[in-house]
Amino acid sequence: MADKITLEVARYSPEQDGEPRFDRYEVPLIENWMVLDALNYIKDQLDGTVTFRWSCRMGICGSCGMVVNGHERLTCETLLADYLPGPIRVEPLRHFPVMRDLVVDLSDFMEKLERVKPWIIRQPGAPEPSREFIQTPEQLAEYKQYSLCINCVLCYSACPVYGLDPHFIGPAASALSLRYNLDSRDQGAEQRLDVMAQHDGVWDCTVIGECSVVCPKHVDPSLAIQEYKISATKAWFKNLLMPGGGK
Amino acid sequence: MEVTAHDILLIGGGGAGLRAAIAIAEADPRLNLAVVSKVYPMRSHTVSAEGGAAAVIAANDTIDEHAYDTISGSDWLADQDAVEIFVNNVTHEMLRLEHWGCPWSREPDGRIAVRPFGGMKKERTWFAADKTGFHMLHSLFQTSLKYGEIKRYDETFATRLLVDDGVVGGVVAIELATGKIRAIMAKAVILCTGGCGRVFPFTTNANICTGDGMALAFRAGAPLKDMEMVQYHPTGLPQTGILITEATRGEGGWLVNKDGYRYLQDYDLGKPTPTPVFRSMELGPRDRLSQAFVKEMEKGRTLKGPYGDYVHLDLRHLGEKKIDEKLPMVRELCRNYANIDPVHQMIPVRPVVHYMMGGISTDSSGATPLKGLYAAGEAACVSMNGANRLGSNSLGELLVFGARAGTSAAQYASGARRPSDRLLAQAADEERRIEREYLNRNSGRERIAKLREEMQHAMESACGIYRTRQTLEEGAAKLAELKQRFGGITLDDHSRTFNTQLMAALELSGMLEVAESMVHAALWREESRGAHQRTDFPKRDDQKFLAHSIAHRNAEGPPRIESLPVTITRWPPGERVYGR
Repeated sequence: MADKITLEVARYSPEQDGEPRFDRYEVPLIENWMVLDALNYIKDQLDGTVTFRWSCRMGICGSCGMVVNGHERLTCETLLADYLPGPIRVEPLRHFPVMRDLVVDLSDFMEKLERVKPWIIRQPGAPEPSREFIQTPEQLAEYKQYSLCINCVLCYSACPVYGLDPHFIGPAASALSLRYNLDSRDQGAEQRLDVMAQHDGVWDCTVIGECSVVCPKHVDPSLAIQEYKISATKAWFKNLLMPGGGK
Repeated sequence: MEVTAHDILLIGGGGAGLRAAIAIAEADPRLNLAVVSKVYPMRSHTVSAEGGAAAVIAANDTIDEHAYDTISGSDWLADQDAVEIFVNNVTHEMLRLEHWGCPWSREPDGRIAVRPFGGMKKERTWFAADKTGFHMLHSLFQTSLKYGEIKRYDETFATRLLVDDGVVGGVVAIELATGKIRAIMAKAVILCTGGCGRVFPFTTNANICTGDGMALAFRAGAPLKDMEMVQYHPTGLPQTGILITEATRGEGGWLVNKDGYRYLQDYDLGKPTPTPVFRSMELGPRDRLSQAFVKEMEKGRTLKGPYGDYVHLDLRHLGEKKIDEKLPMVRELCRNYANIDPVHQMIPVRPVVHYMMGGISTDSSGATPLKGLYAAGEAACVSMNGANRLGSNSLGELLVFGARAGTSAAQYASGARRPSDRLLAQAADEERRIEREYLNRNSGRERIAKLREEMQHAMESACGIYRTRQTLEEGAAKLAELKQRFGGITLDDHSRTFNTQLMAALELSGMLEVAESMVHAALWREESRGAHQRTDFPKRDDQKFLAHSIAHRNAEGPPRIESLPVTITRWPPGERVYGR
């Protein structure tokens, strides 16, 4: 096995003029090292100005998403050795404004997350149990996969529709919205449908499914969006047949 | 300088901070509150907690048993009034999390499922598979979004507490995106900044666990309590320190040495049985298990690897179905980071720095001795964990004491005066200091990464599982040297935009102070209790040391350590008995 590998790291600083560029760094190839370990080696030993986010280094905090050789990856769970002989090209996630080097501006995603009302909604006056809500393992399984989203936003980077129309609510927010709708404790599906069925809601999705392919936690946002389209269509017909909303 | 003002500021947006924020919004929606966090809240380290959160709910369990397990687990260093508050409130808090949508694992009839955990006499650990912290944090964060009044300063790093005449009135903080230095004023500040595992080289803790709040409080004159009490978790992956949850043992996993022998039976932890027995063997407390590893290593019965000695955690007999259902993340972590599959192979593990029992000294309402300053969660020491925290007590702690700190800060802030204008001069001083000492710095040769690494290794040698006066004095000398050398740092990065090297430098400066408090508290405690084992004082000494260490910062030289008696209510100190 080679003992070194080269990384080509995208560099951009808004304070300096000019286009984004790539800097090359050679790092030791250590067994089990991830792309993130290589970036940390660069930052600590070679160039302290290389800028990226990271924290848990165990695939759960969602900070270190980047584009590695053209594919969205969590860099903390992407082995260097899988890219031999290199070089490995590391770029910031697509479709978000780049703040610096590998760091993108997430404010649009944070706004979308909030817009889908990702919390348990109870109808006014609905009783609050004194103990837990009863929720069988089968009921838990209904929404469980959608609750595993770590907000790493790889899916927005991979989504061609979001790339064309930044108003599109997008994969992770749709999955999260459905996660609450499918939760037996929740009664807020109609309120969320109002958000999701808007023109910038789920209709833009053209079922390319890249979001589900890149998801490192095996959430299926694409399926969530299709389920939403079905619900929205049903609601539309219901309104058409029973104006004023027959319940 | 941009100045903003709120009634209450939360520093840190992990479990404790978000729980406190919700408590404040519920207590008085008119209060203007904001969360300052150096990462987006859902990135906070609560996210990495795996195994579960303890709260009495099973029909055969009692609150007194939870209290006794916690107190004996703490080697009688916990304040028993704090423990009683904890056990009396934690079930209610966990139910609130349930009502807020946390996807707790369930029994077939839809009730909350509980699993055994180390040092606990009953099954009382609630879990969401083995991603409990992840689900709790996301449930709290998402629930916090429904309170529009919670303002957030995301990716903003607090560098200094503003204090006038003994009263806290806000912070100075840097917005990472722009490098803008702001004064954020508040009548009350709650520090929920988590632990400081990163002062050590080998830790389960995330990169962000740098003890920032401890350093903020310490520098502002609030003391730190029980800083010598560092928890080593017995099962981390050797190369990375990634945590393999105690739930593996709660579900029936075994720890074996190089001969395949369940060695814990040689360390007064009971006799091996095929299925787990409460408070016995692999379900002993973390301090005792980590110490047993060291003894086993000294006997030459551990395995040798490129990243140090290790033993095996064997889950193979649990079978694929149970592992996938109850421990899916463990399987994922082992595959990704150790290239093994625990369904078919044993997991190499070794003790790893995991949790700080010590922290910012608070009373049971979360108040520090400094007026207007509160703390909760791992950053704080209330103290309910004493000399050894039981696994699955910290997630409940951050709920109970996060909520209490929020409620008491809300009450205080409702009657408190607006912060003094004199603080603006302090804030301007701090801005100039950051520019002078960091951003505009041109001289200096010491590299941040090098100093950090030297600190981490000094701490491992000085303040590991076993300590002596000699190792601690060497550590103290090394830390004093590193503080000196920190004055000569060099920064490659002078940018105002997302300057992570600047943040690393500020974190390191705080960590050096926090580390110093740990070493000096450990020197002061001339006994062995819980996680603090002095080979030169191998016995527990209740005559002298049934007391907390309280570290006060000195402007020059090492901190001053004072003693504060432990509060005993109903459980007089006794022998810690496991497995017999």
